[in-house]
Amino acid sequence: MPEAELQLNEDQLLQYRKDNGFWRRFKRNKVAIFALALLVTILVAVIFAGYLTPYDNYQLDLNATFLFPGEQGHILGTDDVGRDLLTRILHGGRVSLTVALSSLLLGMSLGTLLGTAAGYMGKVSDNLIMRLMDGLAAFPTILLSLLLMTVLGPGIANLVIAMAVGNIPKFARLSRSLVCTEAQQDYILAERSLGASRGRIMFQHIWPNIFPTILAYGALHIGSAIIAEASLSFLGLGVAIPTASWGNILKSGKTVIETYPHISVFSGLAIVITAISFNLIGNGIRDALDKKLQ
Amino acid sequence: MNLLEVENLVKHFPVAKGWFGRGKQTVYAVNGVSFSVAKGETLGVVGESGSGKSTMGRSVLRLIEPTSGRVRLEGVDVTSLNGENLRKARKHMQMIFQDPYASLNPRLTIGNILEEPLKYHGVEKKNDRREQAERLLREVGLDDSYYDRFPFQFSGGQRQRVGIARALALNPKLIIADEPVSALDVSIQAQVLNLFVKLQETRNLTYVFISHDLSVVKHLCNRIAVMYLGEIVEMAECEELFRHPLHPYTQALIRAIPVVDPAQRRQRLILTGDIPSQTSPPAGCPFHTRCPQCMDICKKEHPALLTQSGHQTSCHLYGKH
Repeated sequence: MPEAELQLNEDQLLQYRKDNGFWRRFKRNKVAIFALALLVTILVAVIFAGYLTPYDNYQLDLNATFLFPGEQGHILGTDDVGRDLLTRILHGGRVSLTVALSSLLLGMSLGTLLGTAAGYMGKVSDNLIMRLMDGLAAFPTILLSLLLMTVLGPGIANLVIAMAVGNIPKFARLSRSLVCTEAQQDYILAERSLGASRGRIMFQHIWPNIFPTILAYGALHIGSAIIAEASLSFLGLGVAIPTASWGNILKSGKTVIETYPHISVFSGLAIVITAISFNLIGNGIRDALDKKLQ
Repeated sequence: MNLLEVENLVKHFPVAKGWFGRGKQTVYAVNGVSFSVAKGETLGVVGESGSGKSTMGRSVLRLIEPTSGRVRLEGVDVTSLNGENLRKARKHMQMIFQDPYASLNPRLTIGNILEEPLKYHGVEKKNDRREQAERLLREVGLDDSYYDRFPFQFSGGQRQRVGIARALALNPKLIIADEPVSALDVSIQAQVLNLFVKLQETRNLTYVFISHDLSVVKHLCNRIAVMYLGEIVEMAECEELFRHPLHPYTQALIRAIPVVDPAQRRQRLILTGDIPSQTSPPAGCPFHTRCPQCMDICKKEHPALLTQSGHQTSCHLYGKH
């Protein structure tokens, strides 16, 4: 007969699952919940950018340049050519967030694939891949992206690629070390001894166990991806005007920052608030996934 | 006929020390181990931490690659198999692990854990697999309603039963159990050991039972091999070994077993020091650094393995001089 330890009935079991579910643990972190609410608001606003303001993203109005917030019905004022700043920031958010998220996803996928290959395919590929990653990681991310942008030329697709390359080594290193640790676990040994093929062990057993950690790490990097996009655009190598992005709005306000600070301040705030929200949520996810903190 | 024959099994791990791998060293984990196990027999392997018993077990199953030596299962040379042939041959020999918390994939349900091996070996129909998994659960004394639960919902003893059920899923001939009860509470150890006995009877299994606990091995095994620093120093029938231990190391181990009767005075033979470093094993007899009966020859010459009426030992005390 089975020993009578930890014999829970179905109700207790359901309760236990509820109490210890990911969402339940995430919810205990009030700061992360606040950040999530803030971020959802920002995302909704950015997605429905076209419907929230009566102004057009590109419509110039040379009679209404450099209006301060509140003047003539422009909630956040207007920029140097009379475009509504709120409209620009909302549309710019679309571009900035799309670039940040897609570059991160691209970097994460490629990095994870490479790291997995390095960790699981033997010494030669391990050394080859990881030395390449060391080489990439030797450059500061922003410098690497700058270099790539000068080589690839302007354009949003190129920007995504240039930023993704900078993220590859981070995820490759992380996933390699996770794969190596996980592959040493007894349950992997057990699957091998049961006759599982290498591919099966990798994708059916190792990946599902390392994925949450990689995702949490990714969430922590969205903030820096947003800032990287803003920095590149600010330096003039990112999103080119007239397309709005948070970085190039910030830049366009730079020359008049002493007289009309609202242009740089509001676009800067959009960057900072979004980046911080993503970081706080990332922290929350990481803590909720960490079994030791239960 | 012997089910398992191990011949001169060696496993050395190279370890790099210092910068750029200068000063390369070798861990001599298993140094020429030979034994055979008959069908339906249980061989106990005992030894302290670092004696190489786990490495030996894993090398036999080719979960780590042995450096040299031969392993034959029913006459088939397992050490020469590769790729798909090895993968298919694995179903005849299974392992049960020490830590029931690390040996089950935390993201799979018990049912999935038991069905995975069936998938690897071509049981296509979902219903067949489910039926087999539930039968396995009942066989190891668990309720088949546990099918949909996750490992974290179970105690150590229950998890170990799941581990045993998984090992049985492919109907293996040989099971190597690596300290299967040492992570469990004493009250549960007995239950799990009884399960081992029951399964051996119903399925005619052959066990290699690795343990550091002589009293656990005593009740389960037909023969016992004592390992020290990667070598078998003594091997005999279970009763014979307990009654007439020959090697000083075995004598020390047996006298260290606690006796329940307080009136009985024990002559303890306390070993001093630790097991020597595996990277630089002592010359001569591996045990001479701790042996209470060490002689000059022990420091120079490695003793040969002598066999007398089925009782093997490697010690100069019993040599021909």
